[in-house]
Amino acid sequence: MESRLARILIKGGTAFTLAFLYVPLGIVLLYAFSESVGQAWPIDGYTTKWFGIAWRSQDVREALSHSLTVASFATIMALLLGSAAAFAVHRFSFFGRNSVSFMLVLPIALPGIVTAIALNSTINVLGIPFGILTIVIGHATFCIVVVYNNVVARLRRTPTSLVEASMDLGADGWQTFRYVTFPAIRTAIVAGALLAFALSFDEIVVTNFTAGSTLTIPKFIYNNLRLPRNRPVVNVVAIAVLILMLIPVYIAQRLAGSGGETAEARTQAEP
Amino acid sequence: MAVTADHGDAGAGRRASAFLFRHPRAKLSLSLGGPLAWFLVIYIGSLAVLFVTAFWYLDVFTSEIVHGFTLTNFRTLWENDVYRAITLRTVGIAAAVTVTDVILSFPLAYFAARLATPRMRNALLIAVVLPLWANYLVRVFAWKIILTPSGFLNWLVEMTGAGSLQLGRSNWSVWIAFVYLWLPFTLLPIYGAFERIPSSFLEASGDLGARGWTTFRNVVFPLILPGVVAGSIFAFSLTLGDYITPELVGNTQFIGNVIFDNVGVAGNIPFAAAYAMVPVAIMAVYLLLAKRAGAFEAL
Amino acid sequence: MRSARKWLVLVSVLAVVAAACGDDGDGGGAGGTGGGGIEPPVTFSEIGEGEGALELIAWHGYTEDGTTEGYEDYDWVTPFEAESGCDVNVTYADTSDEMVTLMRQGGGSVYDGVSASGDASNRLIAGGDVGAVDPAVFPEFANVIAPLDPEGGTNNAHYVVDGNVYGTPYMYGPNFLMYNTEVVSPAPTSWADTFEADSPYAGSVTAYDSPIFIADAAMYLMATNPDLGITDPYELDQTQFDAAVDLLKQQAELIGSYWALYTDEIDGFVDGSMNIGTAWPVNFSYAELDAPVDAVEPSEGMTGWADTWMISANAPHPNCMLQWMDWTMQADVQAEVGVFYGAAGSNVNSCAAIGEFLVDAYGEGSDEFVSTLRYSNCGDADFLNSLYLWKTPQVDCGDDRGAVCIDYSEWTQAWTEIRG
Repeated sequence: MESRLARILIKGGTAFTLAFLYVPLGIVLLYAFSESVGQAWPIDGYTTKWFGIAWRSQDVREALSHSLTVASFATIMALLLGSAAAFAVHRFSFFGRNSVSFMLVLPIALPGIVTAIALNSTINVLGIPFGILTIVIGHATFCIVVVYNNVVARLRRTPTSLVEASMDLGADGWQTFRYVTFPAIRTAIVAGALLAFALSFDEIVVTNFTAGSTLTIPKFIYNNLRLPRNRPVVNVVAIAVLILMLIPVYIAQRLAGSGGETAEARTQAEP
Repeated sequence: MAVTADHGDAGAGRRASAFLFRHPRAKLSLSLGGPLAWFLVIYIGSLAVLFVTAFWYLDVFTSEIVHGFTLTNFRTLWENDVYRAITLRTVGIAAAVTVTDVILSFPLAYFAARLATPRMRNALLIAVVLPLWANYLVRVFAWKIILTPSGFLNWLVEMTGAGSLQLGRSNWSVWIAFVYLWLPFTLLPIYGAFERIPSSFLEASGDLGARGWTTFRNVVFPLILPGVVAGSIFAFSLTLGDYITPELVGNTQFIGNVIFDNVGVAGNIPFAAAYAMVPVAIMAVYLLLAKRAGAFEAL
Repeated sequence: MRSARKWLVLVSVLAVVAAACGDDGDGGGAGGTGGGGIEPPVTFSEIGEGEGALELIAWHGYTEDGTTEGYEDYDWVTPFEAESGCDVNVTYADTSDEMVTLMRQGGGSVYDGVSASGDASNRLIAGGDVGAVDPAVFPEFANVIAPLDPEGGTNNAHYVVDGNVYGTPYMYGPNFLMYNTEVVSPAPTSWADTFEADSPYAGSVTAYDSPIFIADAAMYLMATNPDLGITDPYELDQTQFDAAVDLLKQQAELIGSYWALYTDEIDGFVDGSMNIGTAWPVNFSYAELDAPVDAVEPSEGMTGWADTWMISANAPHPNCMLQWMDWTMQADVQAEVGVFYGAAGSNVNSCAAIGEFLVDAYGEGSDEFVSTLRYSNCGDADFLNSLYLWKTPQVDCGDDRGAVCIDYSEWTQAWTEIRG
């Protein structure tokens, strides 16, 4: 259906975009093996010593543990509250529904620094000590949004006739949820959870203002990128995280992708 | 029929679900109560406090923040040209970044949605999402290294004998870095939009005699517009408020830098809050327009 | 039910706002009164048992722990940790602005202390963020270089206010003129090439990206435009301030790029995009490894900084902080910092220690370098007195002009204009 020329352009564009995305990461990978700490190109010598140094660094371990903790808690909160909000907005028509769905876009739509100084002021005013809790609060605000978006989008693609049919067949609310609704949105939830986890793991702006002195991976990187001698360790940490995350991302994408296909097939089947 | 509902078990779970079914408002309160409370107290409350702070002012004699109502901050922002210049610069770069990201997204999104096999589609989507895991700061620094005069890009250009390209710290570098950072965010909604176009539409358009470009302009584009706008929200707003990337690879001031600078020794939180209202207002307008374009359904 | 929800929304929002309004002095932490007659929120007069941890805010290079690649021998943190049992955790900052923001987080209960420069220290003192100390607790005060001595010192206004001592003096140094010896010839003796419109190095000049740099312009005007009557580059009335700002707007045309991240200046000199400009000793130490640079003291003078370790009024680990303050006053510790960083220690005995180190490393006679610019003329009280040390510009000029000077918040706004 697409013309020959169009296909060539599309394939070429795709290749270019992929190269654009991955060449810089490849360069980071190369610098992680660079012998010297300088950043001139081409690289002089190669070594694996930075990996050992990163592995032994206490700061790296501390930062990793904090980041994992924060991201896990923030994702769990986001899952519970984000899905609940998605259901409410999708199923019910109530006063302020538009405002609520608008409000739920704000944390991602508003600039990070606005959220950051707003939360910082509030935390100071309320006298909450800075630490893991305040970071989780900050992260959960935009993680909720991500989960909400994913679940709501999937709910919109799930025909409500299924729920009605389930009820007609005698299932109560809980059974309907367990056997009909949940399987349909399960993959959206996973995709949302994964994206929320990624956002929390990577966040620096809001974290800078809500973490106090607690070290997270982004804060570790922020501190060490400014120390010319420590940059290679940062490159190593970045590449290591990237490779580690390949597996969960792959799994999540398989789940999200397959769920999406079924929903689409259903949509197309409808007259 | 394999599955039969267990009518005999009128346990608490069933009674509860029956209650909820008959009282939809209770269900609504329960499911919405949590998120709403969370958002209200923490997020909207914080924003409200920030908003109020913008109308306070810093007393230079006592270096205390006075809780009195005044418009001095806004007057300074209005009368002083530099803030307008910085705002325009930031909005300009944000727009440029958004447009670039959308254009870069199209080929891959279309390919993944319509031309790729399911396996390739999965691989492509993973490939797009994976860089998000490489940490924002590292990705910005990667470009910093690439763009310095002694870096990869200049080396490449000089090798081809086309002179030299010393971007270093400049607005060009900021533009490239932002395009790189937000590309995955823009791409996913656009991919979703392409995916949702029923093939029957495209076939029908072809049957009615439209060639590729006409089909794209008249059929595809209006259908994907909500997705495009949805993707653009991320690229635009994330650029609008960012201060770290301009600090690392730029040498001019953006809105975020000015806000950040006023929070330190100057302690001028009211002024920082007042200026923070500018990107908020811009995004409010943007979101309103995006809603009209149906972007919220396409997120 | 509908209006109930509406009211719920309204009431919740108002509750949070009311809480914020009711609390005097919010995230800015500006609780104390500016100007004279400040009472310290707390005075520490004895050092007790350590709490096992220490959270510091510091300039890069002030807290080496042997993990810097290539400089593993420089470590004055690990020995401290071993001796005191306090596990040290450092957050780095690039500007005094960042330091103040960090220090004020959580009402001062997040970090124990900060290596504050004069522009931050006054603000922290006025804001009630830091506590005073009883000098008798720190025996090394007896060896502090005369200008910084709490008793009778001539250059201690950044940490001694109303007779109260708000910290322990650490390192001091100048913002000297660094230049690329291959590009800039003959060797400069003045700041002129970084300020004047006809500078032959336009496009590769650099300057420190912070509002406090306005003082450098004012200092230049002291020599080139005496009619303005500037006596203190940090206390400027409107006319003097406007002149300095105009000079900086003129300089902006010459600037290739400013540096706030100290690594940006090092990288700039190494890759050739910067050839002349104001620099810190630590930038010089790193840059000369990879680039042909040298530093010079220009005839118009230099601004500088004297850093003080200050303890938070609400420090979570006050005893560890006090032990750290005592540790960093020791001559051998300051000598190690001095060799690494290039700054001078406020403990006069540290200079001799630096000399010994240099002789060990580079042979007889190299201890002469201690009294050169490279090590901030260690031990030279006159040199220290000649530096215009960073301090917070305040409305009260501190002289008979009264309260007509420009406050730092306006310096910040002016700097935004200059940067454009």
